[in-house]
Amino acid sequence: MADTISEPSQSETSAERSQKLEGIGCKRKRVEDIRFTQGHGNYVDDVKLPGMLFGDFARSPYAHARIKHINKESALKVPGVLAVLTAEDLIPLNLHYMPTLAGDVQAVLAHEKVLFQNQEVAFIVARDRYAAADGVEALEVEYEELEPLLNALKALDDDAPVLRDDLAGKTEGAHGPREHHNHIFTWSAGDEAATQEAFDKADVVIEEYLAHPRVHPCPLETCGSVADMNPITGQLTLWGTFQAPHVVRTVAALITNIPEHKIRVISPDIGGGFGNKVGVYPGYVMSVVASIVLKKPVKWIEDRMENLSTTAFARDYHITAELAATKEGKVIGMRSHVFADHGAFDACADPSKYPAGMYHICTGSYDIPTAFCSVKGVYTNKAPGGVSYRCSFRVTEAVYTIERAMDLLAQKLDMDPAELRQKNLIQPEQFPYTSAFGWEYDSGDYPTAMAKTLEAVDYKKLRQQQAQMVEDFKAGTSREIMGVGLSFFTEVVGAGPSKNCDILGINMFDSCEIRVHPTGAAIARLGVKSQGQGHETTFAQILASETGLPADMITIEEGDTDTAPYGLGTYGSRSTPVAGAAAARAGRKIKHKAQLIASHLLEVHHDDLEWDVDGFAIKGMPDKRRSMKEIAWAAYNNLPKGMEPGLEAVDYYDPPNFTFPYGAYLCVLRIDVDTGVYSVDRFYALDDCGTRINPMIIEGQIHGGLTEAFAVAMGQLIDFDETGNILGASLMDFFLPTAVETPKWETDHTEVPSPHHPIGAKGVGESPHVGGVPAFSNAVNDAFRAFGGVHTHMPHTHSNIWNYARSLGMIDS
Amino acid sequence: MIPGDFEFKQPASKDEALSMLRDGGDDARPLLGGQSLIPMMKLRMASPDILVDLRGLDDLRHISIGKSIHIGAAVTQHELIGSEELFNVCPIIRETALVIADPQIRYSGTIGGNVANGDPGNDMPALMQCLDATYILESSEGIREVKARDFYEAAYFTALQTGEIVTGIRFPKPESGHGYSYQKLKRKVGDYATAAAAVVLSLSGDNVKSASVALTNLADTPLFVEKAEDILVGSQLTLNTIRATMDAAEAIMEPVSDGRGSREYRTKMGGIMVKRAIEQAAMRADGTAKGGLFGWLKR
Repeated sequence: MADTISEPSQSETSAERSQKLEGIGCKRKRVEDIRFTQGHGNYVDDVKLPGMLFGDFARSPYAHARIKHINKESALKVPGVLAVLTAEDLIPLNLHYMPTLAGDVQAVLAHEKVLFQNQEVAFIVARDRYAAADGVEALEVEYEELEPLLNALKALDDDAPVLRDDLAGKTEGAHGPREHHNHIFTWSAGDEAATQEAFDKADVVIEEYLAHPRVHPCPLETCGSVADMNPITGQLTLWGTFQAPHVVRTVAALITNIPEHKIRVISPDIGGGFGNKVGVYPGYVMSVVASIVLKKPVKWIEDRMENLSTTAFARDYHITAELAATKEGKVIGMRSHVFADHGAFDACADPSKYPAGMYHICTGSYDIPTAFCSVKGVYTNKAPGGVSYRCSFRVTEAVYTIERAMDLLAQKLDMDPAELRQKNLIQPEQFPYTSAFGWEYDSGDYPTAMAKTLEAVDYKKLRQQQAQMVEDFKAGTSREIMGVGLSFFTEVVGAGPSKNCDILGINMFDSCEIRVHPTGAAIARLGVKSQGQGHETTFAQILASETGLPADMITIEEGDTDTAPYGLGTYGSRSTPVAGAAAARAGRKIKHKAQLIASHLLEVHHDDLEWDVDGFAIKGMPDKRRSMKEIAWAAYNNLPKGMEPGLEAVDYYDPPNFTFPYGAYLCVLRIDVDTGVYSVDRFYALDDCGTRINPMIIEGQIHGGLTEAFAVAMGQLIDFDETGNILGASLMDFFLPTAVETPKWETDHTEVPSPHHPIGAKGVGESPHVGGVPAFSNAVNDAFRAFGGVHTHMPHTHSNIWNYARSLGMIDS
Repeated sequence: MIPGDFEFKQPASKDEALSMLRDGGDDARPLLGGQSLIPMMKLRMASPDILVDLRGLDDLRHISIGKSIHIGAAVTQHELIGSEELFNVCPIIRETALVIADPQIRYSGTIGGNVANGDPGNDMPALMQCLDATYILESSEGIREVKARDFYEAAYFTALQTGEIVTGIRFPKPESGHGYSYQKLKRKVGDYATAAAAVVLSLSGDNVKSASVALTNLADTPLFVEKAEDILVGSQLTLNTIRATMDAAEAIMEPVSDGRGSREYRTKMGGIMVKRAIEQAAMRADGTAKGGLFGWLKR
């Protein structure tokens, strides 16, 4: 009974009790870091099972070739090699192709043809990874090289090579008619005719080609899986690097015909995802097949080169951006056409209705009355992918389009880029604001964020310094120039409302289940999966604020489909907007029952109780209270008549809308014109992510996202030579900045809560990437504005910057 | 990224190591820090059957400084950086070692491995050419010496014969009061040079008394700029003489186009590195007039 546990000290104030909860707003230290920083994380490669075998892929050396012959015996002779599986072995199981999230199919093992370099050709299973690698080395495959297609802009030429023999005669794709053998889809949004009218009557128009080159999310941990098919029980357990474990389970059930209840998918600790771990890869499938065939657990782990060259890339958008404006600088129309290079299979990870993701957020933060965009997806001889690399679906591409376009328009109008943006920002009284593409922006105060940013950096003074450096350069007294890059971004995250978003027909809700134990400790499980975001810390904080149980008394568990409620996983900044909302609502259900129990304990009607931080008190009598700890105990042994025991709740949350985090970023950099070497003098990032759950984690997220934005803008590139050889698929070449290269970040914030989210939070993990990429690129381009520069493409490497300076006549040669 | 099968041998003495290498023939490779060889093996671009580990051989680990400087092949980059004695007489060694890769790699990587492998990306070979070093090559047959300037034939091809290893490096102690600079342009920590130049020079009054220039990663071997000496020695350092040296250097460069930039860009950067290295070396050399003649260097 209640008197068996100690009363809370009545001398504690509400504020003191609130602080002890470590709820929303607390800079709580990350609980998961105790194990991560001591080397005690449990990643998929840490999974070791008795008798476990190891599988490795033999991969194609060619970008486009016919497979003439595979000599399995050559690899089977290697000591320790147990099996060599090829497409021929998968055909009877109908597993040589698997469905992709984008409505296409992808070869699990190449059948008859290879379509990109390093494509999976055979899966070699051996006693250990050494023997498997020897088997890969020994396998003899005879190829007949075919002409490769590498330039997406030439994919739809009449004489372009045919890549997908398997689609011959297929005139209808998942997103409408196919007009060419290398065409995947054409998708458009907005009002084409009205947009044309706006351009016809505009005083000023700009049009520019903006390449967003192919890059790779490159998480520190590569992809991998361990499959264990128990031949006796028929139970399949699959550990893997899955950002969305439940989706993997459902897809596995659909493609293997193993009943879904016989499949347990476990995402253990994940060492970074950034979109790379959303899709389903041949390695996952082959570990399962091999485990079924060999009746042993089978592990598959990528190496770095395999990760960079075969698992999902990002971007590869060839964009044209157009703006129409009045001579005063009011934007009246926006248009964008995109050629999207999807590689050899359409394995983009987007909500099924949106083959170009949310690219149509590309009117940005501005009140633009008319807009139109269209995206054409094409096949090329490159690895499949097109994932959202630290952003919501294609939002980085969209924000890059509008933010570069605004700078180009400012230049054409001979106007300051900040002034042009201020003239066009959506005003606070316009919210909720419906964009020309139909998005309903839920909330924001853009002018305040912009003004705060310009003031924080002393924008006017920066422009004066820049002008002085231009003068010195032109006078020949300096070889350095300076750029100031602005970006004001709006994201669309938290996919998503079922009216807009599903994956393979599954609506993109998310979930939380909480069980409060008799002593007032609790466990909560969610349908999302942290890859480093700190869910174990922050979801406990949401629940602490909602239930009055201290965060330290709440375990957060994710990633095991046998125990976690169904959810769509973590990507596109959806964890807080969707699962975070489910957590808050599950907490409220707990609180609701707790109130009924408290009314029983205090012998008053529940309407006479009020919530007080961590328990209920009789209204006007704060000393007459029962803490959640007491109520939890009573929930198991002293209940009102007729109430079922226990204190548990489940919530599945289908959000009414997306959330729209925004921010204003400013980058200041200097360029040594003679070498193209740049130095970032300052980077100021103001974010509005609504309610701030853990300011320390937000800051860490922003540092990480800005670092990845810096990497993309200034160096990352997955490049190919003319025969389709992938260039630089190792960390020697692929730009993963170290602490030495990474600039110092200054963070700031405003806080306009989302009106429809239960706690007003909007998500933050991806904002810095989305806003950071154009800020860097604008800074580089801005440095050349006074020298006649218009646009130079990313990545802004030393050599690209130098080439651009030379093209503008700034270097004697 | 898994190497093939190999046998790992740890000899107790240099002589034992040399016999193991003789017996192993072309199938045996010596191992020092492993920073070049092991990645090549993981990529299966090298597949030796026998690795002879030289790291435990104490007679390869010394640094001795007299009229000339002698460094054992197994001295790590970290040890080179840490040696105050070496820094006092030849500071460019530390300056160069500090821009090789990152601290973890410098704990393992050795000067012998760096110079002997023939990797054009390595920094020490050009520096050794700049310092006019001699490599001491030993095999079970005996000892011979080859100048660093004559050692490199093509990428990964050197004067080393089967069974032979570089056991040490010797070079004349640079003149007291010399100026030096190693200028390396790279994309990030750990990267090979987009272009790099090593310069050692000394001044006498207004004139250059001695000068030596060498280049890293601008061809398939390190490059010694022979003409630099003719152009600079006896002359004053002026925009013209520096420009002439840059031109002479650029004329012998043959970099490949890669992720670091086009051949043309890398060549131009080679020139800029030469210029900046000469300027910095001149500033550091005794006899540099402050302001005055060299004032333009500080513009």
